[in-house]
This record gives sequence, structure tokens and C-alpha cells, in this order.
Amino acid sequence: MKIDRRSFLALAAGGTVGTVLTPLPWKLTDDISIWTQNWPWTPVPPDGEATHVNSTCTLCPAACGITVRKIDERAVKIEGMAGHPVNDGGICILGVSGLQFLYGPSRVKTPLKRVGERGAGHWQKISWDQAVAEVAQKLGDLREKGEGHSVAAICGSDRGTLPQLFSRLLTVYGSPNFFALPSIHDTYAMTLGLMQGGNPQAGFDVENTDYLLSFGSGILEGWGVTVRMFRANSHWRSGYGKVVQVESRLSTTAAKADRWVPANPGTDAVLAMGLANVILREKLYHRDFIKHHTEGFDSWQKAIIAGYAPNTVAAATGVPVAQIEDLAREFAGASKPLAVCGHGQGNTPGSLSVFMAVHALNALVGNLQRPGGVWAIPEIEYIDWAEAEMDALAVAGLQKDRLDGAGTDDFPYAKYLPNRLAEVITSGQGYPLQALLVSGANPCYSMADAAAVQKAFNTIPFVVSFSSFMDETSANADLILPNHTNLERYEDVPTPLGLTRPIIGLSRPVVAPQFNTRHTGDVVIQIARAIGGTVGNAFPWETYAACLQMTLAGAWGPLDKDGFWEVPGFQPADWSHAFETASGKFEFANPAIELLALSEPIALKGDEKDFPLVLMPFDSMRLANGCVGNPPFMTKAVDDTVLKGNDVLVEVNPETAKGLGLSQGQVAELQTPVGTARVRVNLFEGVKPGVVAMPTGLGHTAFDDFIAGKGVNYNMLAGPVADPASGLDAAWGIRAKLTKV
Amino acid sequence: MAEFDDRSHEVPNESENDISHPPAESDDNQKQGGAVAGVVTLFFIIGFVGSLVVGWIVFPKLLYSQKHQPINFNHAVHVEMVENSCESCHYFREDGSFSGIPKNAACIECHEDIQGETEDERIFVEEYVAKGREVPWLVYSRQPDCVFFSHAAHLKMGEMDCVTCHGHVGESETSRVYEENRITGYSRDIWGRNIAGFKQNSWDRMKMNDCANCHRLNNVNENSVQTQRGGCFQCHK
Repeated sequence: MKIDRRSFLALAAGGTVGTVLTPLPWKLTDDISIWTQNWPWTPVPPDGEATHVNSTCTLCPAACGITVRKIDERAVKIEGMAGHPVNDGGICILGVSGLQFLYGPSRVKTPLKRVGERGAGHWQKISWDQAVAEVAQKLGDLREKGEGHSVAAICGSDRGTLPQLFSRLLTVYGSPNFFALPSIHDTYAMTLGLMQGGNPQAGFDVENTDYLLSFGSGILEGWGVTVRMFRANSHWRSGYGKVVQVESRLSTTAAKADRWVPANPGTDAVLAMGLANVILREKLYHRDFIKHHTEGFDSWQKAIIAGYAPNTVAAATGVPVAQIEDLAREFAGASKPLAVCGHGQGNTPGSLSVFMAVHALNALVGNLQRPGGVWAIPEIEYIDWAEAEMDALAVAGLQKDRLDGAGTDDFPYAKYLPNRLAEVITSGQGYPLQALLVSGANPCYSMADAAAVQKAFNTIPFVVSFSSFMDETSANADLILPNHTNLERYEDVPTPLGLTRPIIGLSRPVVAPQFNTRHTGDVVIQIARAIGGTVGNAFPWETYAACLQMTLAGAWGPLDKDGFWEVPGFQPADWSHAFETASGKFEFANPAIELLALSEPIALKGDEKDFPLVLMPFDSMRLANGCVGNPPFMTKAVDDTVLKGNDVLVEVNPETAKGLGLSQGQVAELQTPVGTARVRVNLFEGVKPGVVAMPTGLGHTAFDDFIAGKGVNYNMLAGPVADPASGLDAAWGIRAKLTKV
Repeated sequence: MAEFDDRSHEVPNESENDISHPPAESDDNQKQGGAVAGVVTLFFIIGFVGSLVVGWIVFPKLLYSQKHQPINFNHAVHVEMVENSCESCHYFREDGSFSGIPKNAACIECHEDIQGETEDERIFVEEYVAKGREVPWLVYSRQPDCVFFSHAAHLKMGEMDCVTCHGHVGESETSRVYEENRITGYSRDIWGRNIAGFKQNSWDRMKMNDCANCHRLNNVNENSVQTQRGGCFQCHK
């Protein structure tokens, strides 16, 4: 038998015929098609029981109600909570992205202790017992040595039980150095306190306003409660109101406004008083309110008429006289006009003179405590813990001055001035800090001149971070005692600032803690008890949960059931009862106001000769700039005119760019008195010549690979400028130089 | 031109040879031709039979891997003990979604401690209940992820019973071997035990055509303009 080529062909032919008569080709084709439609490496979310948990988002101060959808034990979607007084079903891009913080790689998974150089990233995992013992030991030793006052705590806010536990710890421990990071709401509270008396928060009835005059407030950039402002804006856009945006840059808010007034930057107070001047001269103010419910009107009127004639104001602001007059008439002529201020999202407290001038406009038109106006919102005083017993060490410690000078004769109205802290520490004024506790804040990123803040913190021998994440402050700490994230913990959230409905929101565990983290409230109680004595006695609660439940008392039931509790039937007090000043009236002028250095303009850091340009920050809905990093979902949404690759683009007017020889997309060096950065140029006619605008929220150096290394942190280039009246940071920019590379 | 000429000379030469020799070698050629044909046929048959063997017997064995359930589950015993038949454990949740295979939480209602004497129950209680681990059951009826299937639509609205698709699982006393398709990762039950795709019972196979046939027979939304049958989006969302 001769086997040749034909034999093989026959074998192949037989094989082929046979094969088509078997299921093999058809089955294989089918299987391959299934395989290609269901790539085995594509993650498939596991199926399971769908449940929903109502909670409160604490990723920004807006405190929206959220409903988290879960499949079995995994949170899969965050939605706005329908019927919630803050956001009624709406949610912002940051809130939606919240799961990326919960499940993302930047979590600190267990208590960590630094080994090696600070900031080098070498950590040793330690037990919770050891972590608590080490902090208690250190604080106990300092207190024994009589250095209790040299311990400071920085919290993101001073509202709610968690920051108040820190505040209480420092008080009974014997340190005056508790800090919360201020925002425009501190300036607003100060303004209302000075002009209306008492200690209310400012609430804005934006839902009923028919004319919004905004002095740089980013209505569509996250000012106030984002969802609420977007909804109000839609309402105005539907023909129910008019929006005027006073802002040197063509922001989203300005672009969508009915009228954009590109006044020179830093002239908000002057323009507000210029408008007041027109209203006063033309007697367009609310006569009944001015006559019966105000004090100090005459002297204030005299000063405004003398100092802020339209042509003077026009020269300072760059807004033509006719437009100033027109604007003033429109504002006074509206039935429910509202003037607001605070730049961008309102993270920089701003100048008190601006806030008082803008608030005076509201008073002039009588739109206080009325629909569409500014309401004084009392704080719900539910944190009513028993007075703690103080020992001699605590009393001695509290007699020391605060390091930042808040509450002294220089800054009598400020509660906390963390913006002054870096300078005070570095310059050696006062006493050196021996220990620092940081909770709910990331000062090494979010405070102006972040490099100086970090440098100052590096002089403190013992820094403890309570962050859930490896943020910039944690990365430079000695100990990290990780908190549960906002989706794993209980926390009370008092009325979001700006809201007209006094409520308490409840953030609660949506999922069980994913890692070996512990609620910071529990840790504070444990530290206090480990220190012992009167310090431990001041914390009678076994756990934070017990403390919270006891503190909220009757509100706990509805909070646990609905996720929020609202003061029933709240209405703003009428004019006869609203003002808690000495006169019982709204005070345009009083001795306290007259003592303030209100007229001084805020001079930016830097010499005009060396730094001919002005660098201004701008906030965006698509970039989170608070203590949490910008989640990857949001970074994906950023335009390539803001972030291209890992380069930030700064907005420069084509005219300015031409003078500097810069073109679109070109790399340049941006220098300020504080720092230098590599940027790219985005030509934009919406910024004034001479101004460089830069987005906030970029340039993280810590967190994880998905958050870090993108762009430049504006705060590394910015420097704080203390407002002469309030002491709070009032810098609206910094002088800068842009050089072609 | 020269090359053309050369070729034109060669061609007649060859043809001359062919014509002059055939009569002398014709018998041999026939014999040889028969042998060649035989070899060819033999090889054809070898190929044919071999491929049939491979296709019908070897291929299915290679295609599926044999896996055993982590616990040998006795459906019959459980069905006897519960009040509500299959739905006692495989129930609809309040939102209408189907719970599928019960989680430990449901089993713990009876099996928090060991009840009987079987090895499998001991493994379940000690290895899963005590350690808080869910049992990684292998699901015979799991459809590819590109298929949307609602139990509520079939059982509540279509008023079908479990057996139509799942067969008499409820009467089984042991868990049969789970055969996993090495290419797709899904169970053999979807294509069916019969590699040729023949089925005798409605539950023997659960391919797309089986769904479509039943939909057509019952006239379920047979209103797609594209397919003249049910719409693709019914199952492929």
C-alpha cells in the first residue's frame, strides 16, 4: 500500500465530511460566540437582593440626603433622597462618585505608625489598642509637663457631635487650640452677628427670589447647596427670576446669567456700595423697613453718598456709570431681590467689608426675613452636654492665648484663624505646638500656601491624622487612626449653611466597615478615657453611637427612620422680633462696626513689579477641592481645556498671552511669591487681560495613582491674606508671573 | 519568442509519448488505479470515522470539565420538610425579584447546629455556617450574562411551573456532577446533555431557540418588526 499525497487528501476529506456530520463545528461556533460576548475577564456584578439605605452625604458641607442602592452587602449606586429638604432627589457628580471613596485604593486600612522619614511613605501596621495607647500616652505626658496648651486639633467644621467631641477633649485637657476650617459662612455669621445681633447662620430663600445679584458666587459651581442652587437656577431660567453675575471671569454662572458684569477683581465691596449710593440718592430703598427697623442709617447713608459716587465707583470697578445706575434701579425695583457674595464655592471666607456691603444692600431693599430674602437661621442647639469638670491643669492650659489670635482685640469676632497658623508656627511667635490632631480636614492640601502649612506642621513633633484616606495630611503624619468613610459610619449633620429650613441630617452606615477602621468618635472617647482623670470623666459614653443617640434625644427616632429631622413649622421671625442687637433693629452702623477696618481693600501678596499678573482660582462642579480627592469619575468629566494629560491649563486672555509670546497649549512657568508650577496656556477671552485663572481641586500628591499627579494644586501657589477686619483669609488671588519655557 | 518556441516543441513530444505507450501499461495501470482508489477510500473512511468519533465522543469529553458541588444536597429530603414546595427556599423577594439559591441566612434557620448525621451537613455547618462563608454553589441553570431573565414574568405572569425549565430537581436525592464548558464557563445544561442538541423534555436544553420557541407557541410579544418574532430586547437588554 502506497501512502502518498492523495491518501492524506482523502484523510482530510473524510475528516471534513465526518466533522460536518458531528456537532463539533456548530457547538464550537456557538461556544466561541458566547465566549466573545461574555469575556470572562469582564467583571460581572454579582446578583443579589436589592435594598436601599437612606443616609446623608458628607463629602461636602451641603449634606444632601442620599439613598444608596445595595445588592446584598455591596453598595452599588448613590442617588439623591426623594423628599429630602436639602436636595429632594437631586445629587451632584461628587455625591454620585462617593462609592469610589468607599471601594477605592486610597483607603487607610488599619492604624499606621510612621517608620522612617516623615512623608517618605514607610508605615508599620499597628493595632488599635496600641494606636489609642500611643496617643493617650503622648497627650498624657504633655499634660503632666504642663504643656497641654501646646496640643492643637484641626477639624473640617465645628458643627455636629464629632467636632464637638474634639473641642470638648481639648477643653477638658487644657488646650485653647481647637480649630475648624472657616468658609464664607463664618464671614456671613460674623456679618449677621454684627448687623442683626445674636448668633444666627445666614439662610437664603433662593427658591422665592426673583432677582439674584451675585458677587462672584458660583451659583452653578457649587456655592451653597449645589443641587438646590441648580434647581433654583432652573426656576429663574423658566422666567421666574433674573440673575446678575458680578465676576471678572466668564464662569459658568456668568455665562448662564441674564447679565454678566465683569467688574475688576477685588472691587466687590466698592461696587456694592456704589449700588447703595444710587439706591440712597434716588430713594429707592424700602422706606418702611429703613424707618422703623434700622439703626445707624443716617451716618451710613452719609458715608456712602460721600464716598461712593458712581463715577468714583466706575473708575475703581471698570463698570460704566450707566450700568451701575441701571443695576441699582433694577435691584431696588425687583419685588424679591437678593444679593449674595462669597467667591466660587465659598471655601475662602473672604473680606468682611464685602459681606457687610452686600448684606446692607439686602437691608436697603427690606428683603430680610421675608420670602426670597436673607433669613437668620438659628442653630439647633441639640448638643447640650453636661458641663465638664476641669482640673487645675485644664484651667491653667486654657488661660494661655490661642496661637492664631482669634478672639483677641485684633480679631475679636473670629473663632478660628487657621490661615494664620503656618506663619505663627514658622515665625516662632507664641509657643511651639507639641502635638496636632487632624480630623475631617486635609490642611496640607486645602489651605492656602499648602507648602508653608506642611513645613509648619513638620515642626510639630507629633501629628495624628484621623482621615479615612491617605491624603496629603495623613502622608505627612506620624500616626494615622483611620475613620470609617461616610458610608460606613454614623454622624449627625446640622443644617447645611445657606438653607432656610433648620434640619439635622443623619449619616449612617450603609455597609459594614470594609477594613480595620474605627469611628473617630469612638477613638476620641477611648483616648480621653485612657488619659483618665477629669479628661476621661468628661466622656461618660461607652461609644460614639451611645453619645449620638443620647445627644439627639427625641430627634433620634425620626432621624433613624427618615434620615433627617426638621424643626417643625419654622418661619423666619418678623422685623419686630428678628434683630437681637442693642437697639433691637437692623444696624447699618454701630460702635462695633465702626471699630472695624472695613474700608481697606485687600492687597494681594506679591510685588506688582516682579509679579505683573494676578492669579485667580476658579471652582468647578467637576473638581472636588475639599478634604477628599477628586474621584476618577469626576476627573473623566474634566475638559481638556482644564486638564490635558497630567498638565493643568491656566486661562489667559489672548492679549496677555500675545504680550508674553504664549500660544494655545504652550507650556509656561507660573510663578507666585509662594511657589512655582509648570502649566499650559489656554487662551480664553473670558478672563480679563492681566489675569491668570486656574482651576482648584487638582494637583494632589497623595491618595492613589488615580487621584494624584494630575495638574497643580492652586493652594501651592496661593498665599493667605488676613482680612484686617475679621482676620479670616480674604485673598481672592495672588500676584503672579507667567514665563514662556 | 525563443522560449515560446521551446515550449511548443516540448508539448508535442510529451503527447507523443503518452499516446505511444498506453496500450502496453493499461492493465498495470488499472490495478494500480484500483489500489490507489482503495487506499484513498480507506483513508477517507479513516478520516470520516475518526472525525465522527472525535466529534461525537472525544469532543464532548474534552469540552466539559467535571465539577462537584461543594455539598451534596438532597432536594427530596428538604422538599418533604417544607410547607411551600420550591418557593419555601427559592422565593420571590418583596420587590418581585427572585432570590435564586438561598444564602446561609436562610439555611441557618434550621441548620445553625448539626441536625442529622450526614457528612455533608457537618461540612456545611462547620465549614460554612460557623465560618460565616457562603457556599459557592455551582448553578446548573445560569444563563450567560448577556441574557436577561425574569422569574416573575414566567412564574407569576406566565403561570409556568418550576419543572418546565428546571426538570425534576426537587425530587433529586444527590447533586449531580456539574459539567462546566471550558470555553464559555457555563453549565452543560444550557446546551443540553445531548451534544447534538436533541431534546425530549422541555427542560433538557435552554438555548435561545428554546426560549424563542416557547415564546412563539405562547404568542409572547411576537411583534418585533425586525425578527417577525419576539423582540431581541426582551432578553438581550
